Parts: sequence; C-alpha cells; structure tokens
Amino acid sequence: MIHTINKSPFERNSLDSCLRLSEKGSPILLLEDGVYAATKGTSVSGTVGTATGEHPMFVMGPDLQARGIAEDQVMDGITVVDYGGFVDLVVEHGTVQSWL
Amino acid sequence: MSEEIEFDTAGITKKFMYVNRKAPYGTIYALEVLEAVLISAAFEQHAAIVFIDDGVYQIKKGQDTAAINMKNFSKTYGIIEMEKEDADEDEDMDMVWRIIVEKESMEARGLSADDFVVDVEVLPSAELAKVMAEQDVVISG
Repeated sequence: MIHTINKSPFERNSLDSCLRLSEKGSPILLLEDGVYAATKGTSVSGTVGTATGEHPMFVMGPDLQARGIAEDQVMDGITVVDYGGFVDLVVEHGTVQSWL
Repeated sequence: MSEEIEFDTAGITKKFMYVNRKAPYGTIYALEVLEAVLISAAFEQHAAIVFIDDGVYQIKKGQDTAAINMKNFSKTYGIIEMEKEDADEDEDMDMVWRIIVEKESMEARGLSADDFVVDVEVLPSAELAKVMAEQDVVISG
C-alpha cells in the first residue's frame, strides 16, 4: 500500500493521521499542498524528519515547482518524483490510501 | 438610450482589510481574494492586504506552474505593490495601502521577508491584531 497526502500540514491533520495509521516501511507521497511538509526549517520538520527514517518518502516535483520550492529546499530523505514516478509507485505498491 | 450609472462615493473612505490564509493552488480562495483587491483598487479606499497562516505561501518567490497547468498569479501581486506606491506618492489621494505578513506564520514555515515577491511589513501577531481591530471592512479568504 502507498499513502498520499495532498493537504498542507499547517492547515489539516492529514500528515499526522497518515503517520499514525501507516505501517513502517510503506511509502508516502506528498503532492499538491502536501508538498509544503517537505520543506526544510518548518515547524513540522521534526515530525517529517522522523518519518523519513520509517518510510520511503516522495514528493511531487511539479507541485514543488508551482509553489516556488526549489529542490535544495527539500528535506534530506525525501525523493522528488514526477507524474511518471507517481505511476511507477502505484504500480509497484498497489492500493492507494489518499489522506485528503 | 443608455444612462451612465454613477456611484457617488466622494468623501467616503473606509479601511478595508483583505485576510489571506490559504495556500495558492490547492483551493480557489487565494485567487478570489486577489481579484477582490484588484477590483477595490478602483475605488480609492484604504487597504491592508494581510498574509497569515498558509496565505504567506501566496507571495513566495519562484513559483512556476507550467507543469501543473494552472495560472501562476503570484506575479499579479506586483500590481498591489504598484497601487501601494501610487498611494504613498500621491499627496492628493487620501489612500493608505499596506502589505503585511504575520511574523509567526512566516517563521513557522521557514520563510523570511526576502522570500516574497513584494516588499512586506512583517508584524508580530499582537501588532497585527491591533491593525485588524481598527478596520471598517474585513474580507477574508
């Protein structure tokens, strides 16, 4: 199973719920407003940093670009993917749980 | 025969605040408030355009929406800055425009005043609360 989060961690509890209810080792993809969770130096960086040790974490490149977040502002341990990479993740991991 | 409609607003100047609290592309709020600000610019009113919570992301530098097929409206905030400069420079015009970012919201997101596409006043929440309390009209999104 792969988990996706498309809401800002500063506005919704989608990130926290996902981290609470996803098994260790299952991949998490941040997309749309969810990509703000991937930026360095925020009030949720500690939470996200811990998560990168427990889950393969990915972030959607086109959504970062749209929001003016350069790749060097993305936290270590989070891999930037494009739409093709999203498809590959779904093909590989099957069921998608979307934390909206 | 068409009659021209005239709005008699001479002498009426109110304090308007526009409160932006949403990130730019996930919802339509940001664009709607921006349009309201641009429309109201024509009426020569005082305006405080405020960015709080995820609203600070609306004016982040370096936005490029080509890959998500949406309009990048961050450049339009430059027009607000021009309106503010006009208001500041024109002594005959009784109009004060302010562009304000809440310090706490900015810092929680790892941002600084240099990260924005327009020059902003960075105010701590206690000071922003005072500015908010003295408004005549508040439009929020």
